[in-house]
Amino acid sequence: MPSLGADMEHGKVVEWLVKPGDYVHRGDLVAEVDTEKTVMEIESFEEGVVAEYLVDLGETVPVGTPIARVTGTPADVPVEVAAPDGGAVERAVAAEPAVESEPTVSAGPAVAAEPAVAAEPVAAVAVGHADAPVEHPAVAPPIRHLAHRLGIEVDGLHGTGRHGAVTRADVEAAAERLHRAAESVAPTVAARPAAATGAGRVRSSPRARRLAVELGVDLATVEGTGPGGAVTEADLHRNAASRPVPAAEAAPAPHAEPEPTHVGEAGPGRHPRSSGAAETSETGAAPDGSSAAQRVASLRRAIGSLMSRSKREIPHYYLSTTIDLGAALDWMRGANAGRPLAERLVPAALLLAASARAARDVPEMNGFFVDGEFRQSEAVHLGVAVALRGGGLVAPAIHDADRLEPDEVMAALRDLVARARAGRLRRAEMADPTITVTNLGELGVESVFGVIYAPQVALVGFGRVVERPWAENGLLGVRPVVTTTLSADHRVSDGLRGGRFLARVDELLQRPEEL
Amino acid sequence: MTPPMTAEERAALIAARPDRTLDLLRQMLRVRRLEERCVELYSASKIRGFLHVYIGEEAVAAGVMSVLGPDDAVVATYREHGHALLRGVPASAIMAEMYGHAEGCCRGRGGSMHLFDAGTRFYGGNAIVAGGLPLAVGLALADKMLGRDRVTACFFGEGAMAEGEFHESLNLAALWDLPVLFCCENNLYAMGTALERSESQTDLALKAAAYEVASWAVDGMDVLAVEEAARRAVDAVRSGGGPHFLEFRTYRFRAHSMFDPERYREKAEVEHWMERDPIASLKVELEASGHLDEAVWASLSREVDAEVDAAVEFAEAGTLEPVAELARFVHSERGTP
Amino acid sequence: MKTTYREAMRAAMRDAMQRDERVFLMGEDVGRYGGGFAVSLGLLEEFGPQRVRDTPLSEAGFVGAGIGAALGGMRPIVEVMTVNFSLLALDQIVNNAATLLHMSGGQFSVPLVIRMTTGGGRQLAAQHSHSLEGWLAHIPGLRVVAPATLEDARGMLWTALEDPDPVLIFEHGSLYNVAGELADEAGPVDIDRAAVRRAGADVSLITYGGTLPTVLAAADALAASGIDAEVLDLRTLRPLDDAAILATVAKTHRAVVVDEGWRSGSLSAEVSARITESAFYDLDAPVGRVCSEEVPVPYAKHLEEAALPSAERVVAAARVAVGEAVGEAVGPRA
Repeated sequence: MPSLGADMEHGKVVEWLVKPGDYVHRGDLVAEVDTEKTVMEIESFEEGVVAEYLVDLGETVPVGTPIARVTGTPADVPVEVAAPDGGAVERAVAAEPAVESEPTVSAGPAVAAEPAVAAEPVAAVAVGHADAPVEHPAVAPPIRHLAHRLGIEVDGLHGTGRHGAVTRADVEAAAERLHRAAESVAPTVAARPAAATGAGRVRSSPRARRLAVELGVDLATVEGTGPGGAVTEADLHRNAASRPVPAAEAAPAPHAEPEPTHVGEAGPGRHPRSSGAAETSETGAAPDGSSAAQRVASLRRAIGSLMSRSKREIPHYYLSTTIDLGAALDWMRGANAGRPLAERLVPAALLLAASARAARDVPEMNGFFVDGEFRQSEAVHLGVAVALRGGGLVAPAIHDADRLEPDEVMAALRDLVARARAGRLRRAEMADPTITVTNLGELGVESVFGVIYAPQVALVGFGRVVERPWAENGLLGVRPVVTTTLSADHRVSDGLRGGRFLARVDELLQRPEEL
Repeated sequence: MTPPMTAEERAALIAARPDRTLDLLRQMLRVRRLEERCVELYSASKIRGFLHVYIGEEAVAAGVMSVLGPDDAVVATYREHGHALLRGVPASAIMAEMYGHAEGCCRGRGGSMHLFDAGTRFYGGNAIVAGGLPLAVGLALADKMLGRDRVTACFFGEGAMAEGEFHESLNLAALWDLPVLFCCENNLYAMGTALERSESQTDLALKAAAYEVASWAVDGMDVLAVEEAARRAVDAVRSGGGPHFLEFRTYRFRAHSMFDPERYREKAEVEHWMERDPIASLKVELEASGHLDEAVWASLSREVDAEVDAAVEFAEAGTLEPVAELARFVHSERGTP
Repeated sequence: MKTTYREAMRAAMRDAMQRDERVFLMGEDVGRYGGGFAVSLGLLEEFGPQRVRDTPLSEAGFVGAGIGAALGGMRPIVEVMTVNFSLLALDQIVNNAATLLHMSGGQFSVPLVIRMTTGGGRQLAAQHSHSLEGWLAHIPGLRVVAPATLEDARGMLWTALEDPDPVLIFEHGSLYNVAGELADEAGPVDIDRAAVRRAGADVSLITYGGTLPTVLAAADALAASGIDAEVLDLRTLRPLDDAAILATVAKTHRAVVVDEGWRSGSLSAEVSARITESAFYDLDAPVGRVCSEEVPVPYAKHLEEAALPSAERVVAAARVAVGEAVGEAVGPRA
């Protein structure tokens, strides 16, 4: 079967133009061939008598397959090479395609002119090649994906599957080996090969970097197994999993109900809390004496998990307003006059008090979103984000904050901060805030757009109190102002109610004496 | 059309220079046998890609090449094996190129449609119809600006005359009076589209003359007529007569390419033209005039077959360009401007 | 010396024709008319009609003749009035100029320079305003450069003429009138490397040609708000100076690519992809892009302005690049 185009792989004879016994010359048309693209007449490059057809009409055969036998004219047949059965030497009508590496089929331009000792179909040769050993193990895409997720280089793996294919078990075993190796080198983390591309820069995937921030993990402490030692997401997970954790935290139960508290404040009707924060709220009570660093790391993971869920599930919207604190601070200075230092108010107390009252007055901000619906809370338990020394963040509640005077808020705040930083919060305090306030003013931050603590539906942010030029009634003055922000759940409220909330905070802060 | 020579004129011409006539026959036969082998090797998958053979049209290249000088330039099309061979590119380098081997004239980068050779000033091997004409104009422009006494012969099929580049090139060449010989090989079909289905004016010389280019139509099946017309035209071009245009009326005996069932023309038409086979016709004339006998023909034939055999043997023994060399010749290697 | 981009290009051509007898200029209206954009004004008088050659309106014909003349030993400068018109010569540029060296196995090089105007901003609408250099920068065998400064307008041509292979010079139409100081001794410059036009630490703004002034203006605006942008002028669009691109990204960890071509399948896509391929672990933010809107460039001034990259859009993209990186810790901005 001659090749009539680079894209022709098969052909079938649809009509013979010669029959056995006919004498053919070079160039004579011998058959019509259907190439799938068209029907073509094909010619003989041999001269002689057609001995027999080797393919049937309509039979599709690969290019290179002999389709008919042409016997040499007697005068042309050297006696010494005549076939032992006494028949004339056979010649293939169509020359075989080049199979240069296959010695059993003689290639070369002379193939057609030489007596073809064996008219082996070329297809048989091709089959031999198909079983040749493969150089790279076959890896199915799902396995490759798994390997990537676990930070395993599949190319280096010995496959135990069919034909040396890399299996899921091979990848998992490699991950386990890698894990053990990582643990064994853990104490000498500082001596690991520099995984940094520049001074102090840890090579990591952007995804890993983002996750590290969420988990509060220092990338420099993580062994990177990605390209060029880059830290990957899998490395972070492995890093987290390989660290010894307090028994109480070892098995986070993402959807578990909180345990009945031994402190006894979470009575019936208290809302189930998100697991992470609840599970870790007792770090101070951890009986196993685990180190502070471990507690922090553990807490960080819990926060990461909670925040990831929040960002995943809650359609946040964000509002911001700048509030003139002139009146509030004047009032506060008056109230503080003559008090001992320990009893003085700080601006945060006023901000918290105003936020709690505003939450009562704009109830769409106060409560929980569970089971696909918003459940408003009658009480306002104001969560206060407290940064812990050494890292991490907790947001315990000041209960019924909307009913507390600023002095009471101040006292509750001092108590909470002290206990939070000592790791002695009560479970209920962690469990039931109905809205949370974060105040990053003391860090010099001007505004903060926070992530809502699910299943709460709003988070209020305060920045630093700063002096700013402030125009009012056409007059310009300098006033202390604070940027107040609201992150709220769009499933529950919209900008109108959110705006109303911020406006209410503002109003309350303009009349601090009523707080 | 230049008036055909009378039988007496032809006999006188052959008698005046039998060796040269015999050589024209030999040159045509070289092309014919090379092309026949190409077809066979293509069927055997030795040659791949597109393969366009020149069988039937040999008189054109043989006649024109015989009157060009070594410093002249040739620009051809994708049906150019014969042009390359008769311009002086060794058959072995041509065959190795078609095998895709490093020993090919383009180191396996060009293949059947893109034969090039700097040594013989053979500028391809251009597979965009009419794409070579502007190149020829530019080559001639360089010669004119540098005061060189050279001719650029540019071959193209009649299909190219429907392309804008044909018109732009003839216009430029005439406008700037450039030394180009435009050689239109009118084989009546642009692939499968017949001349009368692609040209409003089927008298192609007339069409070219519209650009104030001296133009003639020539019997492209008669190598003596081709040679004579080409000689006059080349002389005129070389002596500052500006561009010339020759329409060679010829015919390809085989399909456009290997994959062509020839639905567009009648077998009777092909057979009619084959009666005018330029090789057979000249052979008969030479025999009739007593300048060719069976022994000479057999010797000629063996010699030509040997050349083709040697070329195939050379190509078979060729080597593959290392893949490491893949990226070469995209930009010039430094120091070779 | 006070000069303009146009005068610098003209000086470069005059210099080239004085240096090398083989150099000549041809194109539509380069002679008596003085050039469609007046770049070659006065050269006909100085060098005569053999070397400053008016052509008929035959882009394929005269670009192909330029290729042939280069093959024949000349050093032609072919001027195509705009890149839109060069589409009529694409066959010659892509099928011949770019391929002959390779197809001939290294035998025939094409020492040709093609100059053409590119870009919008002059209310010339959709058949005179497009930025198609990215298409041509796609083609192996071509070198594509885009002078954006007076030094490059003065200096790239001679280096291009010395290159044994075809070089395409893209001159953005809005640059011709740009005036400034050029050293009296200004001469040939390299056509291999990108250049940092403004050093910065926070974000890399990568651009070339006509948008360089836009990007420099954006960098000034960013500086006023405390963002320290580095501006990289690609200069050579093919082959790209990968080292310079990666170096600036390694320094700032953020990149915005500004390209007057359309975004889809563009040069900016190529630059962005290379950054992702080779500097992925240096990035602090996704690579940003500012390109032309995906419309044929319209005539009306306000529509054209809206379609083309502006300093405001560059500033906004740079802020996103910087802001997202900072924003990671506190969540996205409202």
